[in-house]
Amino acid sequence: MTEQAIIDIRQVSKRYKVSNEALLVLDSLNLSVQPGEFLSIVGASGCGKSTLLRLLTGLDADYDGEIKIRGERVVGTSLDRGIVFQEHRLFPWLTVKQNVGLGLQNSTWSQEKKQKAVDDHIALVGLTGFEGAFPHQLSGGMAQRAAIARGLVNQPSILLLDEPFGALDALTRSRLQQELQRIWQAEKITMILVTHDVDEAVYLGDRVVVLQPRPGRIRRIVDVDVAHPRDRADPALKALTEEVRGEIVNVSPN
Amino acid sequence: MSELLTVEARGSSAREPAVEAGGSSAREPGVDKPAVLETRTWWQRSLATRRGLVVPGLVLVAWIVATHYGLVNKHLVAKPEKVVTRAIEELRNGGLLLNLFASIKRDLIGFVIGAVAGVLFGGLLGVSRRSERLFGPTFHAAKQVAMFAWIPLMSVWLGTGEVAKVVFIAVAAFYPIVVNTQEGIESVAREHIEVARAFRYTRWQIVRKVVFPSALPSIFAGVQTGLIYAWLGTIGAEYLLSPDLGIGNLMIEGRESLQMDKVLLGVTVVGLVGASINLLASRLEQYVLRWRVTAFEARQ
Repeated sequence: MTEQAIIDIRQVSKRYKVSNEALLVLDSLNLSVQPGEFLSIVGASGCGKSTLLRLLTGLDADYDGEIKIRGERVVGTSLDRGIVFQEHRLFPWLTVKQNVGLGLQNSTWSQEKKQKAVDDHIALVGLTGFEGAFPHQLSGGMAQRAAIARGLVNQPSILLLDEPFGALDALTRSRLQQELQRIWQAEKITMILVTHDVDEAVYLGDRVVVLQPRPGRIRRIVDVDVAHPRDRADPALKALTEEVRGEIVNVSPN
Repeated sequence: MSELLTVEARGSSAREPAVEAGGSSAREPGVDKPAVLETRTWWQRSLATRRGLVVPGLVLVAWIVATHYGLVNKHLVAKPEKVVTRAIEELRNGGLLLNLFASIKRDLIGFVIGAVAGVLFGGLLGVSRRSERLFGPTFHAAKQVAMFAWIPLMSVWLGTGEVAKVVFIAVAAFYPIVVNTQEGIESVAREHIEVARAFRYTRWQIVRKVVFPSALPSIFAGVQTGLIYAWLGTIGAEYLLSPDLGIGNLMIEGRESLQMDKVLLGVTVVGLVGASINLLASRLEQYVLRWRVTAFEARQ
């Protein structure tokens, strides 16, 4: 199974220096992700889930252990791994179209191919007609759609999502979760979603990794054997959601 | 603006339901704003402008009353109509335009030198921690020296001619532009730099595509202050260094021959030029920084 894994995390630990004391945030994590899989990572705040995603992105190289993507150690960031942050992080001085195009700055594609990729991804997230809008003219949900398009525009084989809907209102959030499921099915790529929302983790994930905090360790991995596209009212999904919620609540010291 | 309107128009078309129209509690709030801006009619805008004319109007009335009823010494304050006839006369004999162009030319040359140097130096202080440590303390100490306190020193080093004047104007523009450029660069969001890093931008690409645009509003604020300082410096330099063509010189002539109408003409022209420079700069800023949420929109 590990041979065909696209992401292989081996004995990964991460320490932060807090006032001269090393604080262990991730403790000897082991995890493999299959190509095309949707993996959710869920846990209470402080469990190191966002830290893990930063390591996977390549924004932080200071850790112990090994992270391999298709058998090669992660060194720095890569255009093969897209990222969507909790805040949309669109550049306010650029239009939606220019923001989505940011990811193609260092791509070797032809001009026409870049142009087409930008248009296609704006359409994919349902923002056609808003290409010329500046970020301050968009609602939170629309801005996050643009951020997803920006993360996908390079056609990376992995998309990393760091609590992408955490700052949105409940209705917009469930709508975008549904959209993300559709996009994942359409693009057939590997997605890793970090979230503290148990419903979201189970609704979207093929597997749900439950992290426990202080220090961050894998508590359990729950398989979600329900076919996509999923129905939120599905009893199997609901039962699994409660099971995962139980794992998190039981371990929380506060 | 036309771009914004297109967005607004499309937003309310049939496409909208597809874009979480019902899903979001905020019904694309931002997209409505440009339309609100447009509802301010020409009449309302000109009314706002007219309010600004109330105080100058009152001053003019007070001036007319004071000079006509002998409330002030007529040798010290000329009548407004005398200033107008003086203006016409100076325009006819070409003196006013000659002096005005000389001043503006001097102002612009000094400003451009000071602004280019200011953006480069401020950029260096902002980007490189090492140069901030090396030059920062000296710069911030030197900045405390009042602008006109440099004049005695400069006149000794550079003489009192055109070079000294232009250098003085450049120095006047330099300081605010350095400070604002550095501040703008240092306030760039770490989050935006991370996005650029995720897309494998080189250091130079990050400076050009992220740091510089982020700093632009602040740089513009510095440029605007720099323009004002440069114009103040122009008149100051003309007044304090050796006489040559220039509005400052017009005023010196007027003072020496006790022609108060000439002095007041000079004051008026200086004020009008200063106000025009300011207006042009803020128009340019509005255009270049049109992506920003303006104070007006934010209040909606």
